[in-house]
Amino acid sequence: MNNKVSNNRAWLLVLPMLVLVAFSAIIPLMTVVNYSVQDVLGPNASFFTGTEWFKSMLNDSALQAAFVRQIAFSLVILAIQIPLGIGIALIMPKRGWQASAVLILITLPLLIPWNVVGSIWQIFTRGDIGLMGWGLRELGIDYNITRHSGDAWVTIVLMDVWHWTPLVAMLCYSGLRSIPEAYYQAARIDRASKWAVFRYIQLPKLTNVLVIAVLLRFMHSFMIYAEPFVLTGGGPGSSTTFLSQALTTMAVGQQDLGPSAAFSLIYFLVILLVSWVFYTTIMHMQKDKPPQGGA
Amino acid sequence: MSYRLENTQQGEKYTTIFSRITPAQRRHRSARSRWRANCLLGVYLILMILPIYWLINMSLQTNSEILGSMTLWPQNLTFDNYIRIFTNSSWYMGYVNSMLYVAMNMLITICVALPAAYAFSRFTFIGDKHLFFWLLTNLMAPPAVFLLPYFQLYYSVGLFDTHIAVALAHCLFNIPLAIWILEGFMSSVPREIDETAYIDGYSFPRFFVKIFIPMIRSGIGVTLFFLFMFSWVELLLARTLTATNAQPIGMIMTRTSTASGIDWGTLAAAGVLTIIPGILVVYFVRNHIAKGFALGRT
Repeated sequence: MNNKVSNNRAWLLVLPMLVLVAFSAIIPLMTVVNYSVQDVLGPNASFFTGTEWFKSMLNDSALQAAFVRQIAFSLVILAIQIPLGIGIALIMPKRGWQASAVLILITLPLLIPWNVVGSIWQIFTRGDIGLMGWGLRELGIDYNITRHSGDAWVTIVLMDVWHWTPLVAMLCYSGLRSIPEAYYQAARIDRASKWAVFRYIQLPKLTNVLVIAVLLRFMHSFMIYAEPFVLTGGGPGSSTTFLSQALTTMAVGQQDLGPSAAFSLIYFLVILLVSWVFYTTIMHMQKDKPPQGGA
Repeated sequence: MSYRLENTQQGEKYTTIFSRITPAQRRHRSARSRWRANCLLGVYLILMILPIYWLINMSLQTNSEILGSMTLWPQNLTFDNYIRIFTNSSWYMGYVNSMLYVAMNMLITICVALPAAYAFSRFTFIGDKHLFFWLLTNLMAPPAVFLLPYFQLYYSVGLFDTHIAVALAHCLFNIPLAIWILEGFMSSVPREIDETAYIDGYSFPRFFVKIFIPMIRSGIGVTLFFLFMFSWVELLLARTLTATNAQPIGMIMTRTSTASGIDWGTLAAAGVLTIIPGILVVYFVRNHIAKGFALGRT
């Protein structure tokens, strides 16, 4: 919409929202900033430390390992979920009761509380009572997520794919539905192959929703906490301890206010930075191309 | 495919100009590819349902049956696990608590997000772009970052262990999300409608409630769905801000692991019951959900 009216009284409409979000975002964030530059010894005993906590956090080898793990995890799940989601969206029925039924079924994992997702997979993969764990054991595979870090990783990736691929699929599905039938008719007249239809009609039209999908998936996977916490508890060892869990252990478990606050800020800034870089790059790429028509 | 131009003298062979495939073959092929697509989709859905099925299966068994033998379906069906949850107030109050704070959050969020989204979709004002970007950054804030400050903040204002505390905390990510989605839906309503209404003598509040909100009601429905979804599934903040009076069901579920082992049957039953509200909600918005997932921007 380019025909917006300039009107500063619009601030009045935004104000109630601003007060609420400020209460739940700015005050806590300021508390974090406050802690990150101080060493808190007691209620009234704290002194200014400057950037000391930030330096020690950036050099902490355990956190660096968690960070690398986190990035690896996010990349792996993006590499699996985005193509899989597109594929599912392409084969979903477009109309009739089947469409509604498939829609409801596919959305199901998104509406399960995250810790219950963890519980479901914990039960499902247990060797004694879980279908998957028991089945693999019967097949002669030595599968144990509490002992082998490889198994734990595969299971967490599988769980996340199970949990979040529906989001990508739903986004792509809604993108596909917005393509006018005339495009497909034109393609049929041209005798375009299925691949050509996908490559030159569907994929360009999906760009917008795919940007949203990648952003949302990156953000959420980077904050993942409850599912691996319930499923593996970060183990075996610390092989599946991701950033959120490392942070909560430090902040709540050990009560290290200063370091954990510094860590929080670095963590937040990394997510912001990556999202911003991704978003601006994509938008620049789109600007360079000739316009694809309204999307 | 071949593009040879011979055989054009007979109209009958017209299709062979472009391809060797006859219409009958083409229909056959597309039916076959449709069938193959349905098969793939079926396999995916089965794999997807399997973990949930296993949970339901376990929730209908006694603990001795769960631990004793591997049964693909309940041998002697029992509803004891569900009865235990519905007759024990410390269990079912968990659901009530979760529902309460989710409902409060949805109400608060939609009330403040509707005017704000209208402002973003209709007006330019000083700092609007920065404000919108700042809002979106809140979506990216890991809840783990806010854990400790939230605890201290709500404790100091005396809201700790109340439903409203969790509802307000979830506003952190739900308000930006709601504004983002609603702004997309509102921008697809032409401005002329607003102007016509003002010419007809509507005041802004009356126009907004009587005309504008009914026009974007599918958008509001979808927004409420997303608000429900993200508030219902979040546990980290909800757990931190509550102790006993407003404890969410997700936290109460951890009670099933005791010194004498884990009560798998009850855990599974409680898990199944957390899935049901989601199914109900998605059923209500099923016709609009596809548009909603693109955040109203298709």
